[in-house]
Amino acid sequence: MARVVVDVMLKPEILDPQGQAVQRALPRLGFEGVSDVRQGKRFELEVDGPVDDAALARIHELAESFLANTVIEDFTVKVEEVVEAGK
Amino acid sequence: MTARIGVVTFPGSLDDRDTQRAIRLAGAEPVALWHKDKDLHQVDAVVLCGGFSYGDYLRAGAIARFSPVMETLIEQAKAGLPVLGICNGFQILTEAHLLPGTMLRNDHLHFICRDQKLRVENAETSWTTDYTAGQEIHIPLKNNDGQYVADEYTLDKLEAEGRVAFRYLDFNPNGSQRDIAGVTNEAGNVVGLMPHPEHAVEPLIGTGRTDGLPFFTSILKKLVNA
Repeated sequence: MARVVVDVMLKPEILDPQGQAVQRALPRLGFEGVSDVRQGKRFELEVDGPVDDAALARIHELAESFLANTVIEDFTVKVEEVVEAGK
Repeated sequence: MTARIGVVTFPGSLDDRDTQRAIRLAGAEPVALWHKDKDLHQVDAVVLCGGFSYGDYLRAGAIARFSPVMETLIEQAKAGLPVLGICNGFQILTEAHLLPGTMLRNDHLHFICRDQKLRVENAETSWTTDYTAGQEIHIPLKNNDGQYVADEYTLDKLEAEGRVAFRYLDFNPNGSQRDIAGVTNEAGNVVGLMPHPEHAVEPLIGTGRTDGLPFFTSILKKLVNA
């Protein structure tokens, strides 16, 4: 079993008012030196069976058609091995 | 025989009853459609109403877009079925790629509810023929994710083809690019906008005017004269 992580971020040219609001709150909390914050989404997909090229291609398709709106968002797909407890 | 206009109810739809009422006031017959039912029950047109379908999870309209009713609706809209998307309905239409662009969170990050002045830019779509081009109307606006965005190429194309159907006047309530409040597809049968014409069909409620009613009389005339 493996975990596939899909990260979805607004495209660089798209304004991110939520990220800006977070960034503006930082100095108030005593965090200095952060000039920009962008907020995104992370999806963790637990995949049954092997994550081969065919499975990755299907996940890519899923990300492109559903998890991300490619009009405003970019996405990346990466595989993470799941470390099973007790081993 | 009058026209039969369907109104889809998704889990989280809010304005389905108001929309049905507006359709009835215009003289057409409203038909309730259900998100799980692929069958459009031979309606002559469909309205996707406002609300928060599927709680706006993932993105506004993103999950509704894959519901069974949308499968049939997308196919028939491409073949010419008139479809109007209001607010969440507009978001669903962009997610379904029946209309270009998409909606982001309002630039000021607040939910906004106000009487909004608009200019009708295109009075030739299936839903706007009872207006005149350039007419100014007041209808309610209420949303959280209303900031219309598209890339510059798409925006220029929409402007050049007269597909910006409505523009915000005096005040841009959500940061929408080029003050765009609503757009139409190339054929003019699919129209979407953020403000709510169905809330402005009787003098007693909404903006105290009936500026939204022509949406529903336009489509009725088109269908009856067809």
